[in-house]
Amino acid sequence: MAELKPTRDGFGEGLLELGRTDPRVVALSGDLEDSARAVWFKNEFPDRFFSVGIAEQDMIGTAAGLAMAGKIPFACSFAQFVTGKALEQLRLAVCYQQLPVKIAGSHGGLSVGADGATAEALEEFTHMRSLPFMTVLVPCDALEAKKATLAAAAHPGPVFLRLGRSPVPVITKPQDPFVIGQARVPRDGADIALIACGTMVAQALSAAELLAKDGIQARVINLHTIKPIDRAAIVQAARDTGALVTAEEHTVVGGLGGAVAEVVVQEHPVPMKFIGVQDRFGTSGDPADLFKAFHLMPEDIAKAAKDVLQFKQHV
Amino acid sequence: MLRKLAVELRQDILRIIAKAGSGHPGGSLSMVELLIGLFWYTLRHDPKRPDWPERDLFLLSKGHGCPALYTVMAHRGYFPREELLTLRRYPTRLQGHPERGSPPGVEMASGSLGQGLSMANGLALADRLDGRRRRIFCLMGDGEIQEGQVWEAAMTSHHHKLDAVCAIVDANQLQQNGPVKAIQDIEPLADKWRSFGWHAIEINGHDLQQVMDAYDEAGTIKGKPQAIVARTVKGKGVSFMELNPAWHGMAPKPEELERALAELQAVA
Repeated sequence: MAELKPTRDGFGEGLLELGRTDPRVVALSGDLEDSARAVWFKNEFPDRFFSVGIAEQDMIGTAAGLAMAGKIPFACSFAQFVTGKALEQLRLAVCYQQLPVKIAGSHGGLSVGADGATAEALEEFTHMRSLPFMTVLVPCDALEAKKATLAAAAHPGPVFLRLGRSPVPVITKPQDPFVIGQARVPRDGADIALIACGTMVAQALSAAELLAKDGIQARVINLHTIKPIDRAAIVQAARDTGALVTAEEHTVVGGLGGAVAEVVVQEHPVPMKFIGVQDRFGTSGDPADLFKAFHLMPEDIAKAAKDVLQFKQHV
Repeated sequence: MLRKLAVELRQDILRIIAKAGSGHPGGSLSMVELLIGLFWYTLRHDPKRPDWPERDLFLLSKGHGCPALYTVMAHRGYFPREELLTLRRYPTRLQGHPERGSPPGVEMASGSLGQGLSMANGLALADRLDGRRRRIFCLMGDGEIQEGQVWEAAMTSHHHKLDAVCAIVDANQLQQNGPVKAIQDIEPLADKWRSFGWHAIEINGHDLQQVMDAYDEAGTIKGKPQAIVARTVKGKGVSFMELNPAWHGMAPKPEELERALAELQAVA
């Protein structure tokens, strides 16, 4: 059984390491540094941590100012509040000015659980990837989240990191490389490709097990970078397998599935199905129950795979 | 001399907006003395080295006033005055609302109101970490400060005791659809800043001596950010533009431009 750990913890470890290795790294939070795990950095580097009150718009503007003076600021909050309330600040102050502001959005997706719809970010991939110059990272486990945090700091432009609250299995290995824009393929297969990000990578791997029992060999792609998207890996998968299922803990409107489809329809059209939240808000509940209720389980992915394979045979 | 300069700047502002065929004359004319005080007196800057790390910073948060900023920068030697006529015309460095670094010396993008003061705070926090002492001026409109982010930022400046930050409010009395008082009253302005923990100074923003004195006074304040509430007249210097909301975002036609230039010349 894999170790269980939230991706926000991986971020917190990465930020702390950056604090020790790069004096340009600073952090800001609007009273959510404990939730976003920036508090570890705050405790060790109190002079480089800035509290801005519960004010996400000001936090992003302040982060932009710090970046204008040569700092590498990590602005830490809930994914929903920082991408929703501060979208205009992210657009003008951060992206238009091409500043190296890093946004750590914790409590992304349904796995927030009991707090319910208002805190469950389900639209931020769409918002963030529509902004020019923004990089969008969705690590699948705590180990990858730490690597993504280090990679974000080294990246010259703005980066959004989607992090989760609930413990999830650690499915990557310490030696696995993490390169922004380069998808990973934790399982190969030639019948169909399951393209997932974040928590859904583990679900897709379980789905691939289920499919294997029925003699279907699924490739699983961990698309940890939604933008810039790995066009080559997607086109290769479309070419090799001829059928795709995308899986995200996020709305299917304009998220990972939409981003993949934008590549597929232009470069190598094949049948596709989107697993994700079907244009609705979240709700309160245990994350495990919510994943079932919102059809984000391995069984749901496997069923979508079989459906799309039917379609593939008719093309 | 500076009075003559103010006339020339106003004339150029109107010429380039007329040539562009669009732009915001009212809010550009109201801030002329505020910019003269900064760019000819207060700011430690070098037009030939816009990236000089020790320079003081001027952030134009009311981005629609950029014709005034561009005109001042050109007259101060940041770029050739001929380039002013490219305002808003593709391809140009003189965007309709400022783009950071375009041309070098434009410190910040703006045009979505209410964002400048937060960036001023970020710059001041970074300077404090780096042991660098620069003054950071942020010019806002009186309509602009209806944006909630301004007051989030005002609390941040106070909380972190950012005495490098000086906010200037060009209180020209009008916003796009009418008097600020009628759209959403923001008074008492100086007391608002004081109640947020700021040192506030209220002046006539067209009296250059008062402007320069206010910048000097602000520079002596320790442990507190400073706000200069500059009482001004939107459209200042052109009788038919003064306090007329129609001139918030309209370019003068050729005959209107001639009348305006002549009026200004008469004062000089």
